[in-house]
Amino acid sequence: MSTIGNAFAPVRDAFDSIGDAFHRMNQWQKYSFYAIVIIALYLAPFWTDIPVIGPIVDTPGTQFSTVLNDQVIIFVLVALGLNVVVGLAGLLDLGYVGFYAVGAYVTAILTSAHGNLPWLLSLPIAVVVSMLFGVILGAPTLRLRGDYLAIVTLGFGEIIRLTAKNMDWLGASRGISNIKKPPSIFGLKFGVIDPKPYYYLGLTLVLIVVFVLHRIEYSRVGRAWVAIREDEDAAELMGVHTFKFKLWAFTIGAAVGGLAGVHYAGKVGFINPDNFPLQLSILFLAAVVLGGSGNMYGAILGGVLVAYVPERLRNFADKRVFVFGVVLVLMMVFRPEGILPKRVGDEHKKRQRSSQNEEVAQ
Amino acid sequence: MLLEVTDLHVFYGRIEAIKGISFGVGEGEITTLIGANGAGKTTTMRTISGVRTVTQGSVIFDGQDITKMAPHDRVKLGICQAPEGRGIFPGMTVRENLDMGTYVRGGDSAQKAADLAHVFHLFPRLEERISQLGGTLSGGEQQMLAIGRALMSRPRLLLLDEPSMGLAPMLIAQIFEIIKQINSEGISVLLVEQNATQALRVAHRGYVLETGYVVKDGSGHDLLEDPAVRAAYLGG
Repeated sequence: MSTIGNAFAPVRDAFDSIGDAFHRMNQWQKYSFYAIVIIALYLAPFWTDIPVIGPIVDTPGTQFSTVLNDQVIIFVLVALGLNVVVGLAGLLDLGYVGFYAVGAYVTAILTSAHGNLPWLLSLPIAVVVSMLFGVILGAPTLRLRGDYLAIVTLGFGEIIRLTAKNMDWLGASRGISNIKKPPSIFGLKFGVIDPKPYYYLGLTLVLIVVFVLHRIEYSRVGRAWVAIREDEDAAELMGVHTFKFKLWAFTIGAAVGGLAGVHYAGKVGFINPDNFPLQLSILFLAAVVLGGSGNMYGAILGGVLVAYVPERLRNFADKRVFVFGVVLVLMMVFRPEGILPKRVGDEHKKRQRSSQNEEVAQ
Repeated sequence: MLLEVTDLHVFYGRIEAIKGISFGVGEGEITTLIGANGAGKTTTMRTISGVRTVTQGSVIFDGQDITKMAPHDRVKLGICQAPEGRGIFPGMTVRENLDMGTYVRGGDSAQKAADLAHVFHLFPRLEERISQLGGTLSGGEQQMLAIGRALMSRPRLLLLDEPSMGLAPMLIAQIFEIIKQINSEGISVLLVEQNATQALRVAHRGYVLETGYVVKDGSGHDLLEDPAVRAAYLGG
């Protein structure tokens, strides 16, 4: 088993050597590197025009930039939020789609069904409402642990969907249409045909979320989350207010999930309860676990893969879900910690590397 | 008395695990609770650190009633527990584990560095392992890490739950030496132990627990000499 597991060693080494090279760069080089990556990401809709690479990345049957926005951006946003809950704080949430639905529905209600607010104004409101739902779900349930919490969150996702389906005020199974689009800015028109402006907006949201979550992860709050994940009792004994920080993890996770919902609603313009099935919660979780639970960049990679690969394999339409399932099972057998595992003590890693280098030198 | 426990009752569901015990820890003293498995030692410890709720009775720390106080607030008052067995953070390095000890204090890196140096002075082994993950340490090293981490919080009262459990005899002697040293620096210690001989040797005061009751108490020395205690707990 371990020999097959070692098949990932070249991948890990590649990432490690990129990491090493990165650590050797000076401040100015680092910022240039970031800038190049970000520009390349903003140009992603045009990757299909590059010779050789273009045909490889292009998705059959669906416009590449549509996949980028409707699938990849949404999954990356959601994976980022869910990673806070599952990866950092170690709370298994099987109903995360609920927060995504709350975000989408709040925007739909405020901009179409029961209001006439612009999309941009609905965004902060929807995020705050999603956070409130995080508290509503978390306050009574976060005293539960492990399996019990998973079951309750599973129920939460379904309650949200079934409530939307059965309440006329929420459009029942017809859903809500004519949701407002984001405002035009910098000459970008958020219309029906061109998905590129939505992608630029979505990528901007992702970058903001990454920045904010990075700050939180390396703060006292992040340390508390990791301590809770590692050993909740020990964290409590070290003076961590575990309940408060678990609730914060839920709330911040909910905010990001809700944000993804707002972006989704603004793009499609029409939502109904069938857009938020239980299966989506499972796929969100699969993205986090596949990429590397507890590592923000792992979660992003997982989101990209879970969203993009099925679209790329569309030629094998009947078999793609099967192939995807097999890949997930194999991953969990041979690399259960995900493609990019969580950070385990940077210092520890550095020392390991330097001792390896010494061996090489000798 | 720094810590005074009066008429403590604790239930697990409908089963009464602690049936009205009273004891105290004097300022600057080592107090030990000894007794067999199931006597209620760990439960008592958990009620003092606050992770178990009390059904009846009171816990007073430095004149303040903390019976209903949350565990994280007790840490701020200076009560810190090194949990039984492997209550360390397995996925964090030794350094990160020790840093968690300063969680409630925050700030002041000079003070933290001094505390870290002090812990490494007590447990040189931890310094050698500083970048290793907690989960990869040996049992003895994990125990040292748990004690070191508790010391990082600068406790007034250190709660030690079975610090000798599962350790080699030489390490046990070493751990008890270190407990004495910690105490000589002015930290009061409440020690729960099955290894009664060693515990009573270092303790100023001892209490013998049996199925939820305190059946005997006295100075560590007196209990060591007590024929009944000798017969039951010290192997004759």
